[in-house]
Amino acid sequence: MAALANQLPIGLSIAAVLLLIALGLTFTFGQMGVVNMAHGEFIMVGAYTAYLLQGAVGGQSLLVALPVAFAVAGLLGLLLEWSLIRRFYGRPLDTLLLTWGVSLVLQQLARDVFGAPNVQVTAPAWLVGGVDVLGVRLPHNRVFITALAALCVLGVGLYLAKLPQGRRMRAVVQNRELAACSGIATGRVDRSTFLLGSGLAGVAGVALTLVGPVGPGLGTFYIVDAFLVVVAGGLGRLRGAVLAALALGFLNGYLEFWTDASLAKVLVFVAVIAFLQIRPQGMVALRGRSLG
Amino acid sequence: MLSVSDVDVRYGRARVLHGVSLEVPTGSLVCLMGRNGVGKTTLLKTTMGLLRPAAGRVELEGEDITGLPTHQRVRRGMAFVPQGHVSFPQLTVWENLQVTLEATSHRQASAVEEALAVFPTLRPLFKRPAGFLSGGQRQQLAIARALITRPRLLLLDEPTEGVQPSVIDEIELAVRRLHRQAGLTVLLVEQYLDLALRLADSFVVLDAGRVAHAGPVAELHDESVRRLLSV
Repeated sequence: MAALANQLPIGLSIAAVLLLIALGLTFTFGQMGVVNMAHGEFIMVGAYTAYLLQGAVGGQSLLVALPVAFAVAGLLGLLLEWSLIRRFYGRPLDTLLLTWGVSLVLQQLARDVFGAPNVQVTAPAWLVGGVDVLGVRLPHNRVFITALAALCVLGVGLYLAKLPQGRRMRAVVQNRELAACSGIATGRVDRSTFLLGSGLAGVAGVALTLVGPVGPGLGTFYIVDAFLVVVAGGLGRLRGAVLAALALGFLNGYLEFWTDASLAKVLVFVAVIAFLQIRPQGMVALRGRSLG
Repeated sequence: MLSVSDVDVRYGRARVLHGVSLEVPTGSLVCLMGRNGVGKTTLLKTTMGLLRPAAGRVELEGEDITGLPTHQRVRRGMAFVPQGHVSFPQLTVWENLQVTLEATSHRQASAVEEALAVFPTLRPLFKRPAGFLSGGQRQQLAIARALITRPRLLLLDEPTEGVQPSVIDEIELAVRRLHRQAGLTVLLVEQYLDLALRLADSFVVLDAGRVAHAGPVAELHDESVRRLLSV
């Protein structure tokens, strides 16, 4: 029983990582329909940003890295949308190949600049160690990641629900032609959606430096998980992404406990495929008379 | 106000409009008529910039707007209510109106009040997602949304189609008032002949992607014109 309780925070922290890496993808893939294979590389860019800042800023670089990585990865995403992707909307296979190509270029670029071996970001002192809650050991870095994920979801939720920019974004996703007819500059909204989605990937990258080394292949390691969460949650649904991340996180945590890490990954994958056979639209589907 | 000249529109290899020309004088209400599939909606969408013509020009008050993006046409005073009572289904009624207001250049909240004065039945529905409204309610919302942009030229694509009779009357009354009292110029696509006769000053009939007839509304009684409209 104690062992089962011990797995709870582990499951939660896996869920938090899944949520962070998938949150940006719910915008670029879920909302805009771009099969964005470069999402993983925006995560990598965020991670390397944290690595670079550690040399430049030192001590509290992690907190500086979060906004900087958001800006760097976000601007890169905006550039990608403006230069390439906007010419390929409505052609999912082409955008898949296109963004995959971009992802390969970015990986090689990282290899050229930082070298092939992994680098390490040292966590600040206040993230080393852990705290005991009801007999369960919670590592500080896991608590931090979970809080960061919660904060990001809250921020994104408020942005979409309350701010004019978020309203515009939802309007464009729901009916692009009608949005244009309402006077909304849809091209500009597309760019800001990409900026937001890619920026969130950058933030996820910073968080990942706390749980593992940083390498050029960091993104490829996480991209499948990110897509799994978005698809299982229901395309473009924030609530769906949260639910899916939690479900997959806990499932992964407990399966890892009962079996081993690689078998757990396989079983989670099988579970998602089985789930999508029963509910292809994902956990949270759109409701209403017309989907327009 | 609006002048469309020699417009060709293609969907892939299929040519839908063949050299269509159309004039909508300032202060007029022109009714665009014709059977299903003759290109009425295509013409409105081209006018609004949602489709690009392969040839021809679209002018608004003498300015060539053929290549202008849709949202900039809205800023120049054009508004379009598409066919089929379209809305942003997951946005509430209030959000549907608000998102439009925020995209206007005037940003005056009084525009929302003016639109609600035309369709007061929308006010109690503010918190409902637009996707849950009835067809008639959504059509009123769609027209209200167009009015918020404070247009000088309103394009309406079959506003009474699939709408319950009581709401048809309200929409007719609203269009009549906007045209006669507020001086709004209107280009209306309408299949319902009686309504066209009551509202329009002049009409244009499309047939197979060409202008088959254009003239003052009295000519709608002509046998040759009626034949173009009969199914």
